[in-house]
Amino acid sequence: MAPIRWLRRRLVVIAGLLTLGYLLLPNIVVTVFSFNNPKGRFNYEWQRFSTDAWTDPCGVADLCGSLSLSLQIAAWATLGATVLGTMIAFALVRYRFRARGAVNSLIFLPMAMPEVVMAASLLTLFLNLGAQLGFWTILIAHIMFCLSFVVTAVKARVMSMDPRLEQAAQDLYAGPAQTFLRVTLPIAAPGIAAGALLAFALSFDDFIITNFNAGSTVTFPMFVWGSAQRGTPVQINVIGTAMFLVAVLFVLAGMVISNRRNRQKAS
Amino acid sequence: MSTVTDAPPLAPAPAPKERPPRKRRRLTPYWLLLPGILWLLVFFALPMVYQASTSVQTGSLEDGYQVTWHFATYWDAVADYWPQFLRSIVYAGAATVLCLVLGYPLAYLIAFRAGRWRNLILVLVIAPFFTSFLIRTLAWKTILADSGPVVGALNSLHVLDVTSWLGITAGDRVLATPLAVICGLTYNFLPFMILPLYTSLERIDGRLHEAAGDLYARPFTTFRKVTFPLSMPGVVSGTLLTFIPASGDYVNADLLGSTDTRMVGNVIQTQFLRILDYPTAAALSFVLMAGILAVVTLYIRKSGTEDLV
Repeated sequence: MAPIRWLRRRLVVIAGLLTLGYLLLPNIVVTVFSFNNPKGRFNYEWQRFSTDAWTDPCGVADLCGSLSLSLQIAAWATLGATVLGTMIAFALVRYRFRARGAVNSLIFLPMAMPEVVMAASLLTLFLNLGAQLGFWTILIAHIMFCLSFVVTAVKARVMSMDPRLEQAAQDLYAGPAQTFLRVTLPIAAPGIAAGALLAFALSFDDFIITNFNAGSTVTFPMFVWGSAQRGTPVQINVIGTAMFLVAVLFVLAGMVISNRRNRQKAS
Repeated sequence: MSTVTDAPPLAPAPAPKERPPRKRRRLTPYWLLLPGILWLLVFFALPMVYQASTSVQTGSLEDGYQVTWHFATYWDAVADYWPQFLRSIVYAGAATVLCLVLGYPLAYLIAFRAGRWRNLILVLVIAPFFTSFLIRTLAWKTILADSGPVVGALNSLHVLDVTSWLGITAGDRVLATPLAVICGLTYNFLPFMILPLYTSLERIDGRLHEAAGDLYARPFTTFRKVTFPLSMPGVVSGTLLTFIPASGDYVNADLLGSTDTRMVGNVIQTQFLRILDYPTAAALSFVLMAGILAVVTLYIRKSGTEDLV
């Protein structure tokens, strides 16, 4: 009976780890197949080991161009959405004003809307205005749908902030700007950073809204989508793997640094 | 107090020499809100108006469209495409249930059992986001390949016989069947279930578990009477964050499915970008939006968590 009891006590852990495996399996496949040397145009079946794609990541026409375009759009969209979203978050937490309910629903609705609906309606607007589809329409769309997520992230942080810290700063003769720069902003920073990170990830990986509003401009997700029809180069997997590794390393480094800082504070 | 945020958050102006007059301070929240809200009004709300107007227009691409209050477009769209609507709801619903069943143990593990591995597992849940989801969805084509180990194992365990009987697979294949699409949807939206679940589980006071144990509750009873009810906010927002995007998705149905698994998102995309039948596409997307809003409102009312934002 002992093994059964052992199993029952760890049922949650085993089920959880199985789910984690399900979540990570595609990434493992992407990584393994970045070393593939496929026979045909599609990289779905394992042939033999090769590092060709890793030594020549830009060897496919338009791939690196689309990647750099996506990074640019993501950077600008992050900047725009973070600035606008932080302002809204501060207004919502710190001030009483009329039309608060309307503002809240305007923030909530884009998150509660299937992407395809926003994509289609935005395209209707651009078509009606006769706007040229391309970089600018993509950027406008990305700032629009990232905004709400930034507001939510920053709001959560500012709400949990102790207002007495700012009062203390003012008691110590700090001016409004000084209080903001040296007290408010540093405390709100993790929330702003989380919002910005989320915005970057959402924008970089967005396909549906971009697909509708890009015209003939090709971002990285659009390139991958196109290649699913024409033939998937191994380089796609190389870039996917590299992004995954960079993200994990970044976060791990951040964790190590904050751990060390906490330990210094404690000692 | 209110003077603290007088300066715009990211580019603070130099400190004013004297306190701004009362009236200007009262306007501060509006100045802070103005750019962002304007952006949402022009690029989120206004497009909805344009779309509503497009959906009741008639005409052709060459001669232009006129508003003729042609509501029959809605009727025709629903009559022609109700199977795709139904499929969207069924697939998204199935994926949501699967996400909850698969995601809950992992969220529970991270919140209560992971110990010092907690942060690492959290990172592993989020990190796949940084590989484009299209690439990861394409990887399922390899995993579920007809001659691959997964399909082989399912075949020898006679699982595929059962799923064929249920009508979600056909013959010896998984790819290009509803099962593949549901599997892809579940995979893609699982983190959106796990993270809210984890957030609400993590807030639960561990002493409540001890108290339940002290009152002779068995572990499962503790879960049913204490843990699960307290995690309801996470369950509600997790299911919404999964169901809403899944119901409008067309990527999984396109990459992993076949013409028999087309969802309403696929129809909207084709009508808008290939057939260029704007009124029908606009009507379809309006019906989808109305449906989703109705579901969300009902669901939030019913589960009694009004402050999700």
